[in-house]
Amino acid sequence: MAERAAPILEVRDLAVAFHTLAGELDAVDGISFDLHRGETLAILGESGSGKSVTAAAIMGILDSPPGFVRGGQALLDGVDLLALSEGRRRDLLGERIAIIFQDTLAHLNPVYSVGWQIAECFRIHRGVGRAEAYERAVDLMRQTHIPDPERRARDYPHQFSGGQRQRIMIAMALALEPDILIADEPTTALDVTVQAQILDLLIELRNARNMGLILITHDLGVVAEIADRLAVMFHGRIVESGSVGEVFADPQHAYTRRLMSAIPGRAPPPLRVATKVVGAAPLLEVRDLAKHYEVTSGLMRRRTGDVVKAVDGVSFDIQRGETLGVVGESGSGKTTLAKMLLLLEPPTSGSARFGGEDLFTLKGPDLLHLRRRMQVVFQDPFSSLNPRMSVAEIIAEPWSIHDGVVPKAERADRVVELLDRVGLAAEHARRYPHQFSGGQRQRIAIARALALAPDLVICDEAVSALDVSIQAQILDLLKSLRDELGLAYIFIAHDLAVVRELADRVAVMKTGKIVELGTTAQIFDRPAHPYTQALLGASPLPDPELMAERRQRRGIGIQMVKNG
Amino acid sequence: MGTYLARRAVHSFVSLAGLLILVFFLARLTGDPTNLYLPLDATLEARQEFAERHGFNDPVIVQFGRFLSGLAEFDLGTSIRKHRPAADVVLEAIPVTLGLAAVTMIVALLGAIVVGSLAAYRPGRIFDRLASVISLASASAPDFWVAITAILLFAVTLGWLPTSGTGGFAIEYWIMPIGVLLIRPFGLMVQVVRGSMLTALSSAYVKTARAKGVTERAVIFVHALRNGMLPVITVASDQAAGIANGAVIVETIFGWPGVGKLMIDSILYRDFAVIQASILITAAVIFTINIVVDIAYAVLDPRIRHH
Repeated sequence: MAERAAPILEVRDLAVAFHTLAGELDAVDGISFDLHRGETLAILGESGSGKSVTAAAIMGILDSPPGFVRGGQALLDGVDLLALSEGRRRDLLGERIAIIFQDTLAHLNPVYSVGWQIAECFRIHRGVGRAEAYERAVDLMRQTHIPDPERRARDYPHQFSGGQRQRIMIAMALALEPDILIADEPTTALDVTVQAQILDLLIELRNARNMGLILITHDLGVVAEIADRLAVMFHGRIVESGSVGEVFADPQHAYTRRLMSAIPGRAPPPLRVATKVVGAAPLLEVRDLAKHYEVTSGLMRRRTGDVVKAVDGVSFDIQRGETLGVVGESGSGKTTLAKMLLLLEPPTSGSARFGGEDLFTLKGPDLLHLRRRMQVVFQDPFSSLNPRMSVAEIIAEPWSIHDGVVPKAERADRVVELLDRVGLAAEHARRYPHQFSGGQRQRIAIARALALAPDLVICDEAVSALDVSIQAQILDLLKSLRDELGLAYIFIAHDLAVVRELADRVAVMKTGKIVELGTTAQIFDRPAHPYTQALLGASPLPDPELMAERRQRRGIGIQMVKNG
Repeated sequence: MGTYLARRAVHSFVSLAGLLILVFFLARLTGDPTNLYLPLDATLEARQEFAERHGFNDPVIVQFGRFLSGLAEFDLGTSIRKHRPAADVVLEAIPVTLGLAAVTMIVALLGAIVVGSLAAYRPGRIFDRLASVISLASASAPDFWVAITAILLFAVTLGWLPTSGTGGFAIEYWIMPIGVLLIRPFGLMVQVVRGSMLTALSSAYVKTARAKGVTERAVIFVHALRNGMLPVITVASDQAAGIANGAVIVETIFGWPGVGKLMIDSILYRDFAVIQASILITAAVIFTINIVVDIAYAVLDPRIRHH
């Protein structure tokens, strides 16, 4: 490649720290990197590695106090952003450098229309009049492929889907044609097919405008999909950087190597034959299960006759010790299915037999007894554990509900046993949930689920909120528990790689129906249904060459930067 | 929105009916007005005649029936104290109280928004601490004491303001009653504004606004304030309803002929028709305040509008 022009952004020895009760804490510890026009630099790291703090510091939107920039420079065309007066920096924000965020629902103002919010950029920076600014906002929404932009500009953030909201965020960030766009986990909360569309859009706009793009992510698949260069952050430092191809092919730093090997589903999982007893009755038989919500309106809350079919006639069996993966995009009915099986939501029709007994007609003590055999682990370990109960109380609570499982005198010992089983220590019993990391909390939730020695555990996106390396640990734990205790799992996830790692069979759900059900090998290697194929085709894989090929097919080429 | 308002109106009508029934019968438990209006040594005939004239000798349930049929013709009965239609008596007092309430709430709300927002902008700084101390003191000040002290200082000692009366509603007569009335709502609302603005200013959308290059003033008063207004409006409507319901103490001390004073007097004089009429009309006012608040919610927050 020919010699490059000067970088558009040079970050030199950037250091950011936070005032905490325990003194000053370094979040970013002297990092340096360059960004050129027309290239994508990925900053990869797990939560707490300092990647988002880096972005906030460059933009000058650090939470301050407690955060502060300790030193370093961020040179935009030679002008140090960190040394500018507030007024001068404000002139550059949005104009030369812009940012988009992960949680678009929280990051867009809920009480102003999206057209107003995009138009605000023109009004404050360019002094454009209200009507004209609004016109331009509509035009930007058209450029980011929002259908019917004239009408939609008047709508509010909550009226858009997650993918559309990210398009609006992008439209807002790119309103003034900045030279640099920072994308902070832009696709993390989105379904895979939507994720692919947003990444395509980012590349399209980057190419069209010759911008520099900084992509902050924890997802190696996304890096492989669109980045040119990669910087790996770990504990506030950049531990490795280089072209994406180089780093993926030959990771140098121990942390990078660990990250690469932690990717779920990278190696084909060892063939596992479910401990299926031939001829034995299945543990759970679900037949034509459905949940319809009726839409009501008017003074008398009359039924309008419209019905939302959250789950629409689903049937499957689960054997003892078997793991059924349930995949599908948000709104496909996965969680409603789980809620019905847990009797948290009454079904509209259909039946389910658990251990030969009809789940939906049991009452009183029989039902209580049955509930013991079926437990759940939820997605968000921050809100699914009661913050005012100690770990010991959380784990032991099922025993006071279900009398006679564990005598009072033995409960303390059993708690320690369970903690040991899920990889925690005895001294953790007296602590409270907020004192644990996300992964540890999920272990506590698993210990609680195991307390009643269930036959079936429903995991609803149980590892989705966790970093990749933690995800791998929790998956290992679930595997070993399954093998030792003969547990059956219903493993609900939107992440296909995770399901591939754990499931014996996979059910693919779309708009309330199971469109394909087969063994894991069948689903991943020979998907029959077009939707399954689309789902597999859209999920980014941590393999730069494969992704480049796929991108070519979609017609989005990454033009390499050529200067001179 | 239309359906929603209709549903609210039906609910309000039901609770209003319940309230009227309760007030009608409870008022009659306070005693027989005959003893109050006729001399102690009045003859039995005179007593009979008085009860007959005002319909007190009929069974209570018959009196209630008469009240309902009067209501159907918008007749709220006659004041036995003033010998005039009860509705007229109340409708004279209502504008006085509403005027007091409206001016007080507008001043208190605007003041609280500015002070509370600026306190929340830099929490823990000197302005915030000052605002906290002042708002706490003002939220807990006993208004009768403040009223009397104010009269002593500004009317008696300094002679700047009149001691009491409405004086044809000249501006100097408004200053003290409003000053006293707004102390508590102001203090309370500063604290509510501060609390909800703290949340709004630390939200993600404020970060987005700053990243767009929005000025700090617009961040506070355009991006954060509209989000922070909902709890403030709830408290403000509650305070407004309280004042509309009769700022009894202030009206009494400053001699303002408002609804609060009228209601207290009517209870003391067992003037049942006026009690019922003032309750009916203030309830209607409070219902209107609540509707206005609901509309304000929907205007401020589209998520409520689309629900």
